[in-house]
Amino acid sequence: MTASMIVDTQIARFQGLTLDGGVMLPEVEIAFETWGTLNADRSNAVLITHAFSGDAHAAGVHQQTGRPGWWDNMIGPGRAFDTDRFFVICSNILGGCAGTTGPSSTNPATGQPYAMSFPVITVPDIVRLQKRLIDHLGIERLLCVAGGSMGGMQALEWAVAYPGQVASVIPIATTHRHSAQQIAFNEVGRQAVMADPDWSNGQYYEAGKRPARGLAVARMVGHITYMSDASMKTKFGRKLRDKESPAFDFSAEFEVESYLRYRGSQFVDRFDANSYLYITKAMDYFDLAAGRGSLAAALEIAQARFLVISFSSDWLYPSYQSQEIVRALRSRNRDVAYVELNSDYGHDAFLVTVDEQAEIVRGFLKSTARLVGA
Amino acid sequence: MSSVRDVLLRRDYATIGKIIEPRAKVLDLGCGDGTLLAWLMENKQCAARGVELDGGLVQQAIARGASVYQGDMLQSLSDYPDQTFDYVILSQTLQQVENPRVVLREMLRVGRRMVVGFPNFGYWRIRLSYLFGGRAPKSRMFPYEWYESPNIHVLTVDDFELLVHRESWTVERRIFLAGAREVESLGNLLAEVAVYVVSR
Repeated sequence: MTASMIVDTQIARFQGLTLDGGVMLPEVEIAFETWGTLNADRSNAVLITHAFSGDAHAAGVHQQTGRPGWWDNMIGPGRAFDTDRFFVICSNILGGCAGTTGPSSTNPATGQPYAMSFPVITVPDIVRLQKRLIDHLGIERLLCVAGGSMGGMQALEWAVAYPGQVASVIPIATTHRHSAQQIAFNEVGRQAVMADPDWSNGQYYEAGKRPARGLAVARMVGHITYMSDASMKTKFGRKLRDKESPAFDFSAEFEVESYLRYRGSQFVDRFDANSYLYITKAMDYFDLAAGRGSLAAALEIAQARFLVISFSSDWLYPSYQSQEIVRALRSRNRDVAYVELNSDYGHDAFLVTVDEQAEIVRGFLKSTARLVGA
Repeated sequence: MSSVRDVLLRRDYATIGKIIEPRAKVLDLGCGDGTLLAWLMENKQCAARGVELDGGLVQQAIARGASVYQGDMLQSLSDYPDQTFDYVILSQTLQQVENPRVVLREMLRVGRRMVVGFPNFGYWRIRLSYLFGGRAPKSRMFPYEWYESPNIHVLTVDDFELLVHRESWTVERRIFLAGAREVESLGNLLAEVAVYVVSR
């Protein structure tokens, strides 16, 4: 890791963000990080959009925590998103809990945390705030918006909401709208949180007691959906933890139980339960075609080049959903490349399957930069 | 091993370069690793797209900067509106696709012209080999044993001409190749590979 990749999270503040739900947030803060240097004609900016539980710290080593970024293997000097060539930006999403305004933020009107009085937000709202940040940074047109999972939804929304301001988008392991199955898994997570008595209708900030059990269970379900049968078999199988034979009790005997419990409890330390509710709801509401006639009609608005990537073992965001996007783009003769990468890692593959993904992203960005003269 | 595409791309893309004019909109079916698309983008400033079934080849093509879609040829064609492209290229696999006439009709629906290359089964060496050997002929273009050959159709230059006639299409150009050499006449006998530019 080079010294230049030590980063700190910055905060930008904006007044008056009007949301899809009709509410206006009077004050909004957005946490972001940047890597690399913006060139003279401001044509080399790449926006990375994070997945559900991500944050602005996508790459490098964080100055305070020492933590590596969540996509550090893709972003950096010489990497797919080459910070020697590109100015890379990542911000925490609206409704989040890692520096950007969300339900755990203080409501300026009351001096108390918003909790469940926070307005319902949508993916277009999230993108609208990102646009404010990009304007604030003096960037008229992004070379690329790229992200996996919910980050892919944001990339799609960018292409359609701001067609003249995005030269290319890379939606990875994502969908233009959730299926009943995807909404169902999110609803299980939300119900787990809300069933925890410590959730207290979201008013837990003052009590000093958070709905830790509910949130942990929600995260456990999430983790199952991010893996695949094959990757779980390889990682855990039926292995027992620190023993040869079962004790026939309800402790975490299987490796997989212990793993899920660990990931669940770890998540509680870094994530706000109300943010979990708001963000999963935003994902469920997302429908690129809504108000635009059809998916093809929506994508016809886009002017960007598209690189769509899916993964063979991803059953949470199956390839057919990516193919629907790609086929709609072709039906309007939009510039699109698509590949399904082979991986056993399930939905997590976009964070893990780096080599092939990096190679195609690198080539795609290079040719896009050449086409737009960046 | 040699293929139709190799012949077509040989001599610095001389053959394909003669056919496709600058800035044309091109769709390459079975585009492999995207070499031709990348060449057309670089040298002819074409808006070039490709379809390829093999994911590994698609990765290589995208890494080259080509807009390539992993998927089935016919389904991909069906996605496109009428007359989207100036040229639709099928340079490798006419003898391998399941329903060649359906594919060719689709090519002329989405493109104003199609460029079709195929190994000519009427080539004199193949005729001799069949006549004297008495077995399914093998050649540079047909190197496979019958039981493992991907070529499910054998066709000659005259067979292709007949189909063009039956469909009332127009041959705009025929290029007959024997090795690296271009053959002027007697294509059905002398061409190892035939390349046709056909319009409706």
